[in-house]
Amino acid sequence: MTNTAQNDILLEVKNLKMHFPITKGIVIQRTVGAVKAVDGLNFFIRRGETLGLVGESGCGKSTTGRSILQLYKPTAGQVIFKGEELTKMKRGHLRAMRRQMQIIFQDPYASLNPRMTVGAIIGEPLEIHHLAAGKEKRERVQQLLRQVGLNPYFVNRYPHEFSGGQRQRIGVARALAVNPEFIVCDEPISALDVSIQAQIINLLEELQGEYSLTYLFIAHDLSVVRHISDRVAVMYLGKIVELANRDELYENPQHPYTQALLSAVPIPDPVVEERRQRIILQGDVPSPVNPPKGCNFVTRCPRAMDICHEKEPPFRDMGGDHYTACWLYE
Amino acid sequence: MSPANLYFDEALAAETYHRTLWDIYWGQFHRHHLAVASAALVILMVLLAIAAPVVTNFTPDKVNFATRYQAPSSAHIMGTDGLGRDEFTRILYGGRISIAVGLIATTLGLLFGTLVGALGGFYGGWVDNLAMRLTDLMLALPRLFVLIIMTMMLRNANVPWLQSSGGIAAIILVIATLSWMTVARLVRGAFLSLKEKEFIEAARAQGAGNSRIIWKHLLPNAMSPIIVAGTLRVASSIITEAGLSFLGFGVQPPTPSWGNMLQNAQDEMLKGHLWLAIFPGLMIFIIVISVNYVGDGLRDALDPRKLQ
Repeated sequence: MTNTAQNDILLEVKNLKMHFPITKGIVIQRTVGAVKAVDGLNFFIRRGETLGLVGESGCGKSTTGRSILQLYKPTAGQVIFKGEELTKMKRGHLRAMRRQMQIIFQDPYASLNPRMTVGAIIGEPLEIHHLAAGKEKRERVQQLLRQVGLNPYFVNRYPHEFSGGQRQRIGVARALAVNPEFIVCDEPISALDVSIQAQIINLLEELQGEYSLTYLFIAHDLSVVRHISDRVAVMYLGKIVELANRDELYENPQHPYTQALLSAVPIPDPVVEERRQRIILQGDVPSPVNPPKGCNFVTRCPRAMDICHEKEPPFRDMGGDHYTACWLYE
Repeated sequence: MSPANLYFDEALAAETYHRTLWDIYWGQFHRHHLAVASAALVILMVLLAIAAPVVTNFTPDKVNFATRYQAPSSAHIMGTDGLGRDEFTRILYGGRISIAVGLIATTLGLLFGTLVGALGGFYGGWVDNLAMRLTDLMLALPRLFVLIIMTMMLRNANVPWLQSSGGIAAIILVIATLSWMTVARLVRGAFLSLKEKEFIEAARAQGAGNSRIIWKHLLPNAMSPIIVAGTLRVASSIITEAGLSFLGFGVQPPTPSWGNMLQNAQDEMLKGHLWLAIFPGLMIFIIVISVNYVGDGLRDALDPRKLQ
């Protein structure tokens, strides 16, 4: 972590909401409800750090990443990147801003255009932002390929000629092409073989060191997030329930959901593993169309109290950069 | 060579086992023997039509009463018609017209259909509604009726370029007007599913605008079904032209087309001049069935599932 730049905030998210409307009717459409994928997020990311974002499938992690980058138009809230508000930015200005913020996708098969060569894929952002053309572009693409550990002579190949891990490297090279400051890593390793996951993680860490990149690292693998993040946010049903420095969160989880989540991580020591107490949550995640009244976690919380059914808990500062949203601590 | 001495050449490694998209497409296509043979046949017919003046010594509309109704012989391999014109020569020149009408009408139809489908699929909402209702409307109209009415209107229009060379420009327009709808639906469907793909989102995240997304990402990925549909359309356009000409609404004599040669042969057949009906009929049959086989082969070769 860059201690020198503690207070240098690169990205700030205020009350971010992303509700997808549910419509009925073919000719005359009316809105009958909304999927509250992301429902009021507040956090910031410091320059040069990695914020890990964990949570179960469908809790809104990816939606968060995409609405930060304005790939989805957020329903409400603000996204402030380098002091500029992105949600109300004009399209042209926003497109220019994309040079500074990029994304690495989860699925290395779906995120590369099958009809474009690797050279064209990695060169595209250079073309869009008029950064390089012709021979210069080709050289930059080859340099990028080398940087992500691929043979630079592969420029004329098509994505289908590569393995999953290699394709993910292509995705990384594409994100790097424009020298961004901020990259959303949207589960960049969940689709890869375990043996390849470490390679991509190491690559991302190397690149972060070299270019002082800032990451929002989205994953559901808690040990990977622990490895790569400086701070970690835990999401449940569209809300952040706990946010703290990495070691603090893993060693001193406050929110019952975080505690349950961490108790599910196996420990690579048979003696300790024997004594591990799992907290098994009852029931399923409620539908984000109709979240419970009060605290979102109330339906599954082993320590639910009366107030939890009534009012939504505030996101409170527990001291030492540790935040949690739970009535137990009020 | 001991492993330590193994010399790894990156450039060489990149060349080895490298198959371009075309290698893959050809690899698939050439397994379909019938399609390859048909493609060769179509190319041969097109070349013969183009090279007509070199292939034959006769001219298509030179009347010679001395040589009326000659059965196929070494001098006239497909015989002669009632005006003593060489049938083989007329088949060659008629082929020019029939094939050109088929190709140009299809191309126009493809362009328009792709435009309508792309707009509808990409923008959605009321644009899509408008585009698709127009498509439905055109599909709902009785085909033959529209063909005949439109031809009559265009033929009577006082526009010189519509009337020249037996009115082929008018025929092309009419056929194109009636052949874009399936393509429009196809392209719309392809765009609808493609625009949800992650690589489109990736392009947006790079900062790509709508036109780049349409031209560089959506269209190239929608090309396979367009090409296949287009190929099959060529066959049906040739049939439509032949049908129209047969009914007398198509290419006007003396400009020969396979359709109006068949029409001409109606009476002749009864008089026993069978060759005048057989040859144009056979040509239409061969080109249509060949083009269909080529389309079949292309459908297999361009199957996106073959690329994972």
